[in-house]
Amino acid sequence: MSEAEILSAPLVLEYPFKRTVGPVQSAFLTGLREGMVLGVRAEDGRVLCPPVEYDPVTSAELTELVELPATGRVTTWSWEPAPRAGQPLDHPFAWALVQIDGADTGLLHALDAGSPDEVTTGMRVRVRWNDEREGAITDIACFEPAGDEEGGQ
Amino acid sequence: MSDLVLPEALRGVEPVRSIRTPARLEYTFTAGQATSRFLRGISRKKILGERCGVCGKVILPPRGSCPNDGVPTSEQVELPDRGIVTTFCVVNVKFSGSAMELPYVCATVVPDGSDMGLFGMVQEIPFDQIRMGMRVEAVWVDDDDLTHDLASIKWWRPTGEPDADYESYREHV
Repeated sequence: MSEAEILSAPLVLEYPFKRTVGPVQSAFLTGLREGMVLGVRAEDGRVLCPPVEYDPVTSAELTELVELPATGRVTTWSWEPAPRAGQPLDHPFAWALVQIDGADTGLLHALDAGSPDEVTTGMRVRVRWNDEREGAITDIACFEPAGDEEGGQ
Repeated sequence: MSDLVLPEALRGVEPVRSIRTPARLEYTFTAGQATSRFLRGISRKKILGERCGVCGKVILPPRGSCPNDGVPTSEQVELPDRGIVTTFCVVNVKFSGSAMELPYVCATVVPDGSDMGLFGMVQEIPFDQIRMGMRVEAVWVDDDDLTHDLASIKWWRPTGEPDADYESYREHV
């Protein structure tokens, strides 16, 4: 190796973070573990999913968790052509904001749609549950198209 | 905690209390010219700093320029592998991937003639006897294991010389 050559080497930085989740996220994640999607009712009557601990408008503490169906519709999306390690799927997929039926806000997750031609704003989707669930957002393996199903508002 | 209203099916089940959210970043680290010179020195058991032509300070590890004056460094300086502990901390918390026995001491060591320090561990002395101003020398890995990595210095150990006077290194603390 010449003296002028610039050195380079692989470098991996990894932080094994673990954190507590608070009462509302706890309920949401416990629900996922049990195969159930939860939202929270805000003071103005809207249902927020994923649920938050405090009202985004009034800052009031929110306590009423609402069971929602495992179906919804895509409100916006972006195609992921080259998934990286650790992402929900190992083949190309869409990142989608899914408004769960009965909710007024969007949940970000992967949508296993095969190709971007198969994804449209407003399309019907349903949760594909992970077989082994532990109380994490990954308990939802991804969403999948549900064009054959009735539902929504 | 608030009194949550939970759906019937979730009452009485063990709640989730925490989640793991690991972060992982994979890089190819490119050292640049100055750090490549420095690391090549390390692989030959030499500590190379670089002097600023304006302020005269020896920058270590060298970055090819002076952080004070913003000019390219002008002269390479070979430094001895002994110096002074200027600051240190006792590590009592294990982190994943570390085989170090607790507690151990991380320190900044300023080699004699340098104006900046290297980060390293201090060993071969009980952790509660390590102090600012202590004179130390590098303990290198076996010659066959020398590489372009600061880990070629296994740790620093006391030389037994009298401690340095605080005034002599206060600028480096």
